[in-house]
Amino acid sequence: MKAKITITLKNGVLDPQGKAIEGALSGLGFEGASDVRQGKVIELKLEESDEAAARAKAEEMCTKLLANPVMENYQIEILA
Amino acid sequence: MKPSIIVFPASNCDRDAAAALEQATGKPPAMVWHGEASLPDTDFIVLPGGFSYGDYLRSGAMAAKSPIMRAVIEKAKTGTPVIGICNGFQTLCEAGLLPGALLRNAGLNFVCRSVTLRVENNSSIFTGGLEKGAFVDFPIAHHDGNYFADDETLNRLEGDERIAFRYVDNPNGSARDIAGILNEAGNVLGMMPHPERVISPLLGGVDGATFFKAVVEAAA
Repeated sequence: MKAKITITLKNGVLDPQGKAIEGALSGLGFEGASDVRQGKVIELKLEESDEAAARAKAEEMCTKLLANPVMENYQIEILA
Repeated sequence: MKPSIIVFPASNCDRDAAAALEQATGKPPAMVWHGEASLPDTDFIVLPGGFSYGDYLRSGAMAAKSPIMRAVIEKAKTGTPVIGICNGFQTLCEAGLLPGALLRNAGLNFVCRSVTLRVENNSSIFTGGLEKGAFVDFPIAHHDGNYFADDETLNRLEGDERIAFRYVDNPNGSARDIAGILNEAGNVLGMMPHPERVISPLLGGVDGATFFKAVVEAAA
C-alpha cells in the first residue's frame, strides 16, 4: 500500500517561508492571497496489505521521525 | 576529564570544539562517529554545530535518531554533562533531551555575526564561571535558530531558571530572546551561539575560552 503523509506547521507557529511566498505572489500581481503556509508531503510504499496495519505503521513513523509534535501536525492518507 | 565530541555527517564545528576543549583540558578529546553504537569512557559530551544530514527533514532530526544518540541519551539521563551547540542544540531538542524546537529565523536570513548574550543563570555547571547578568560575545551562524515552545513550557523554563543565555538584541525571533536553555536536571545545555569560535584574540575574542575553562573546571 502507499501512504501519503502531509505535514503542516501548527497554527500559531511562525512560517517565514509562507510569508515570503505570500510576498512573491503579491509581487506577481495575485491580489487577495493571504495566510500562505508551507508544509511538506512524504510519500512511501508499505509492505502491509491491510489498511489499518499500514496506517498504524505510518502513524508510528510520524511520531518517531517524520513530524515534530512541538511545531507540526500530520495527516496520513492510505492509498491502495 | 575525558570529553567526547560526536561527529555527524556534515558536522562542521567538531574540530573547533575539539580545539576549544584541548585548550581547556590540555589534551585532545575523543572524536566519536555518529554510527558508533557506544561511547568511549567519557564524562563530558559535545554535540557540535554544522548541518548534519544536510538539515534534511528538519534540522537535527536525523542526527537525533543516529545510532550513537541512544548512548548519548542514556549518558545524559545519568547526569553526564552534555552541551549541544547550534546544530547540536537542534539535535538535543529533536532527541527530546531539551524542550521546544528551533524554527526558521523570523527574518528568513541566515544570520552570521557576533551577538551579545546576557548570562541568565550562573548556577549550572556550564555557566557557574560567569556572573549572572554579565554579557558575553559569541558568534552565531544559523538559519534555524528561532527558539519556539508553547507558553507553558516557556513559563516553566523561566520559573525554574533554566534559561542560560538570552540575546540582548534578538537576531532570529526566538521566543523570549532565548539563546540557550538547560534541561530539568541542569546537566544538558543547548545553545545556538558558538563559544568554540572565540577562544583566541586571533579569532576575534576570548569569551569562549573563558566559558570552556569554567565548564571544564566545574565538570571535572
